[in-house]
Amino acid sequence: MSEPLLSVSDLETQFHTDAGTVFAVDGVSFDVDHGETVAIVGESGSGKTVTSESITSILDTPPGEIVGGTITFDGMDLTTLSETALQDVRGKRISHIFQNPQNGLNPVYTVGRQIGEAIRIHDHGDPEVPVQRQVVDLLDKTGIPEASARVDDYPHEFSGGMKQRVLIAMALACDPDLLIADEPTTALDVTIQGQILRLLEDLQAEHDMGIIFVTHDLGVVSEIADRVVVMYAGKVMETGTVEDIFRNPSHPYTRALMDCLPGRGGSMDRIEGSLPDVTDPPAGCRFSPRCEHATEACRSGDQPPLWGVDNGDTHEASCVYYDAEHDEGELAGGEGATGGHQ
Amino acid sequence: MSKQIVNTESNAAESLMRVDGLKKHYPITEGVLRTEVGRVRAVDGVSFEVRAGETLGIVGESGCGKSTVAESVLRLTDPTAGSVYFDGEDVTAYDDTALKRFRREAQMIFQNPDSSFDPRMTTGESVAEPLKIHGVGPRSRRLEIARDLLERVGMSGEDAARYPHELSGGQKQRVALARALVVNPRLIVADEPVSALDVSVQAEVLTLLNDIQAEFNLGVLFISHDMGVVREVCDRVAVMYLGEIVEMGRTEDVFNDPEHPYTRALLRSIPTVGVESRGTDAGLRGEVPPPSDPPTGCNFHTRCPEVIQPDGYDFEQAHWRGVMNLRVAVERHGVDVAGLRAFVGVEDDASVSPADADAMKAELRREHDIPETLTDPSAEATLEAALDDIVRGDVEDGRAVLAEEFETVCEGESPPLDEDGTGRPTACHRDGAAAPGGDD
Repeated sequence: MSEPLLSVSDLETQFHTDAGTVFAVDGVSFDVDHGETVAIVGESGSGKTVTSESITSILDTPPGEIVGGTITFDGMDLTTLSETALQDVRGKRISHIFQNPQNGLNPVYTVGRQIGEAIRIHDHGDPEVPVQRQVVDLLDKTGIPEASARVDDYPHEFSGGMKQRVLIAMALACDPDLLIADEPTTALDVTIQGQILRLLEDLQAEHDMGIIFVTHDLGVVSEIADRVVVMYAGKVMETGTVEDIFRNPSHPYTRALMDCLPGRGGSMDRIEGSLPDVTDPPAGCRFSPRCEHATEACRSGDQPPLWGVDNGDTHEASCVYYDAEHDEGELAGGEGATGGHQ
Repeated sequence: MSKQIVNTESNAAESLMRVDGLKKHYPITEGVLRTEVGRVRAVDGVSFEVRAGETLGIVGESGCGKSTVAESVLRLTDPTAGSVYFDGEDVTAYDDTALKRFRREAQMIFQNPDSSFDPRMTTGESVAEPLKIHGVGPRSRRLEIARDLLERVGMSGEDAARYPHELSGGQKQRVALARALVVNPRLIVADEPVSALDVSVQAEVLTLLNDIQAEFNLGVLFISHDMGVVREVCDRVAVMYLGEIVEMGRTEDVFNDPEHPYTRALLRSIPTVGVESRGTDAGLRGEVPPPSDPPTGCNFHTRCPEVIQPDGYDFEQAHWRGVMNLRVAVERHGVDVAGLRAFVGVEDDASVSPADADAMKAELRREHDIPETLTDPSAEATLEAALDDIVRGDVEDGRAVLAEEFETVCEGESPPLDEDGTGRPTACHRDGAAAPGGDD
């Protein structure tokens, strides 16, 4: 198999604050291939956004700092690139879209001018074709009706869903290899969300882009992802194909997260306790203080390694029950196994 | 507490709050004289009731008017028309004294717990403040009640000394609930109370709300855009679209057997957790029309996948929807013929060759999801005539042809919210008729 498009390995990103060092991303690894959608899913504070922002170093530094790991994109290690070299990657090779389309557009310029700017800055596109023409094509591609009439409109004349389409058009202006979408549909209504998800799928197929989709919504994940990375408190809890994760959720955290979804018809559970203090994370598995199955082995050392689940080479869980000595069948029971696993 | 229970038991009508024909319009004004040039019809005639011990959900997309309903029933904003009865008394007619008394009985919880607390007050003081406003007890007694309530919502008495920034979002929402309960209300209006919370915390707040409601026999008006949350906590649900209720009924009935096409579309658009349903198409195109200029007839006809076909034609439903998309576009903002000419590469003043005209027509069909030819020949002939008019630049003629030939009952009259054949109030001209292609 050839090299993946993007390979994040053992990434560590920290924030140095007055209250101490925040271990926002603490040893995260995953790959993204051409034409593949990888969803990073987690609750607020899990480090999913910081992971996505570390890739192109768009975090505020200081207080943020990438202290370890490598991010290999097309043979380059992005963590060691100079700012100038990074600027060439951002927008041109790797594009971002964000949660709130309101904040992504400058209110005093027309949307056409803002998209044209992306093309001009990166010196992209066919120099023979007027930029305005290229902009209209982009808007048309993202499903904006009457694109040629709307290109001279200002952002406030667009609805939220339409603004997100404009931002997608802008992100696609330079035909990027990788699109990082951070909660792109969270601020939108559910009927508009469906439209945007389908648009992203179509555009991905057309451009053979890799997509990193950051979200807290498991419903959206099951709709769009090829592979899933479940994060909690800066660590990867479980990773696998979308079938692995939804047919056979294996880490106790993933299971708990699915059990607390409302409106499934069944009973709605909750996860006891609260998120750990990220300046002083608990020893062992980050989830152990809230896990009903936690044993002594879970509470010491570092986060368990990602053990293979079901002998599959795609599905891994960071849980001691999946190592050679434990029986993961014990996780199935409702009541927690108590200490002393020998 | 015992007094409340006696009260609700003796209330034969059972209805705690009844809302009748509620309207809230915001005027759009222009110039120094502030002449009214239009109205945003945020809420346009809704009626419902909330009984004691019951949770009524109001669900809809942003801009449908659900939050305005919440504000209007508590008179945080004065309704334009309609009445709100609480215990049989008309809230809209209350004077200031009566209104203050009413607000002891009806409390509100807001979406964002961060902005609904004074950062300089301890949680104990915040929870005790409604008591102060309503003139209850000395300060020590008020704080005692506040501590007691904090314990009832799962916090500890010591939390009374903490400040809002020391609490997580879920804890703040618990405190908000304690603050609402402190004056012994009988009705709680909760506007998106869990939307700002993580899903693991949502469950905890919703469970608490359910428990508290049962314990105090509260009526709850629960506003949310999240169908999953509504299904979890509501006994009955009203679905709103563009300021009107389109369907109302018991939660399980509405979710298991939605009657209104909008409810059906809304339920289909929720991404379900699990890989089985992947790739299903919600089929809802376009966006909610502006409430300042709502469509004629049924508000939903501009997007409805089940819009009724005109007499005398036999379309496939999806194709008919495509033709309606074109009609709606022409009626709403015309067609950008110049853009269309540029698209196929016709120079500014050049005449349109037959080949170019065909390309323009094909583009129009593509944009509105109309197939190359309609299955019904007479419909196809009419459509082709209208498209010919449009690409020639006679958009108005094309519009007239479409409007005359392809008229649907959905755009004529606004369907009443009645129970025709459905057993449940539904505002749809299809009432009683099955969905095209069978009920799924």
